[in-house]
Amino acid sequence: MLVEIRNLAKSYTRGGQAVPVLSDITLDIESGDFIALMGPSGSGKTTLLNLIAGIDKPDSGTLRVDGVDIAALSEADLADWRAVHVGFIFQFYNLMPVLTAYENVELPLMLAPLSRAERRARAELVLSVVGLADRMKHYPNELSGGQQQRVAIARAVVADPTIIVADEPTGDLDRVSAADILAMLQRLNRELGKTIIMVTHDANAAKAARSLVHLEKGELIVSS
Amino acid sequence: MFLLKLVFRNAFRHRLRTLLTITGLAIAVLAFGLLRTVVDAWYAGAAAASSARLVTRNAISLAFFLPVSYESRIRAVEGVTRVARSTWFGGIYQEPKNFFPQFAVSPAYLDLYPEFVIPAEQRAAWTRDRKGALVGRQLADQFGFKVGDALPIKGSIYPGTWEFVVRGIFDGADSGTLTRHMLFHWDYLNETLRKKTPRRADFVGVFVVGVDQPDNAAAVSTRVDEVFRNSLAETLTETEQAFQLGFVAMSDQIIAAIRVVSYVVIVIILAVMANTMAMSARERTGEHATLKALGFGPGFLAALIFGESAAIAAVGAAIGIAAGAPVAAFFKQAAGIFPIFEISPDTIALQVACAAVVAVAAAVVPAVQAARVRIVEGLRSIA
Repeated sequence: MLVEIRNLAKSYTRGGQAVPVLSDITLDIESGDFIALMGPSGSGKTTLLNLIAGIDKPDSGTLRVDGVDIAALSEADLADWRAVHVGFIFQFYNLMPVLTAYENVELPLMLAPLSRAERRARAELVLSVVGLADRMKHYPNELSGGQQQRVAIARAVVADPTIIVADEPTGDLDRVSAADILAMLQRLNRELGKTIIMVTHDANAAKAARSLVHLEKGELIVSS
Repeated sequence: MFLLKLVFRNAFRHRLRTLLTITGLAIAVLAFGLLRTVVDAWYAGAAAASSARLVTRNAISLAFFLPVSYESRIRAVEGVTRVARSTWFGGIYQEPKNFFPQFAVSPAYLDLYPEFVIPAEQRAAWTRDRKGALVGRQLADQFGFKVGDALPIKGSIYPGTWEFVVRGIFDGADSGTLTRHMLFHWDYLNETLRKKTPRRADFVGVFVVGVDQPDNAAAVSTRVDEVFRNSLAETLTETEQAFQLGFVAMSDQIIAAIRVVSYVVIVIILAVMANTMAMSARERTGEHATLKALGFGPGFLAALIFGESAAIAAVGAAIGIAAGAPVAAFFKQAAGIFPIFEISPDTIALQVACAAVVAVAAAVVPAVQAARVRIVEGLRSIA
């Protein structure tokens, strides 16, 4: 099992009071799966995604990814772990506006022990995979929303991470671009065997996934 | 390399804001340099003064003169090698804004000031001409005086128009020697006073006294003053440097104020710079969170902020320092009150130090905030 979640709980403090966001979540995700986390706003789906991605820590429970108890890692170790194991795709792309498409894709490789030539080869390869070989020198503001999200996907996969987490990857896109992005995620999952965990509130987007996890009020309602 | 690329692109992504900050910093660094140079210029006279020469004046005040008869008695004091008369003339050349110092001196004066270098034939011509005047190179350059020029000076302490002829131009032995003044014969002044106001004749402003060894200066001073103790005009003898510093001390509070203002300018630009860096860091909270999510550590984010601050400060300081020399030259020409007005290497070092302090201090809080940004909260700021 790639991701093992046992009795996971998380709460935030709002106005001096602890507000539970996730309670007693138990979930397994297999390697090579493509999961859609669904649920209404405030159901805790993004929080669960953040915990799996190692950018937030649970209050209790265990969370193992590829055999590593990531909740027990220090901040520095967690940063190193994310650099190697997690690829991020965000709703608003989160590209560095001062870097070109190529430089944005190269960004995660800066943390890997690779030569400049190796970085170049890998970044160019993934940019051509997402169909942006001719846009490498373009800055994010010179690209459409769909193209920016493709750059973000290229950035997410370039370091060959263990899992790819996508938070509403089509939330800011028109229908055509959204379909394009979902098709690309499916390709990554089917052809390259990437494990993808995607948060979405869009039922159509969720259809692209192999399996569905539904959350409501911080609890796992159905897993199929 | 990658860090530098990101630093420079970040620094100039809000061009107007960055340019305004750089402009402010350049002006602040320039103003700091000029204010420090004003202070240095104030002390230039004292710095150029010798500790091997003594100045004997009336113990009550400079406003009271000493009888010329004191000269021979001072010369007789053990350790004294030479004595020269010097009286402040305080005249005006053409109009008040052309002010420059004039001194009525005896010929021995030039022997006491070897730093005033004058061709032998010009000195001889000056000695022969009762109305002859010697002008310093800085003064000659400022007003275009040449040997042979008539030089009429309107007296303010000694009324009337005094006619002089430039007989020589003396240079400074080194760049620190002030040569923005005029010397003429004390005898010419005294003879004229004897005719017009005999009551004022046969008095000297100060005696410049040469000593056999600089180490003996204190002992000779004491001996000179001892000679005139309980006389009608008691003397106060001190080194020329102490004498000059006495003048500077009269402006102590002004100098202190200038010094304070020079640092206030830096504090103000520090606030402006800190504001720029705080705004930049706040706007990029989402980017910092993204970088952290990708695995970049707090140190990298702090380095981004410090680097950006350093880049802006370096450009601003470089412009401010580069502008210093031409602006100082213009100020020297326009103001005309400081014979030496050059930004010193020490001042440039201080300018660099101030810019470095501004760069670091302005970035501390934003850098700490960037390093500590919580990824989840930072990412939420984008939405």
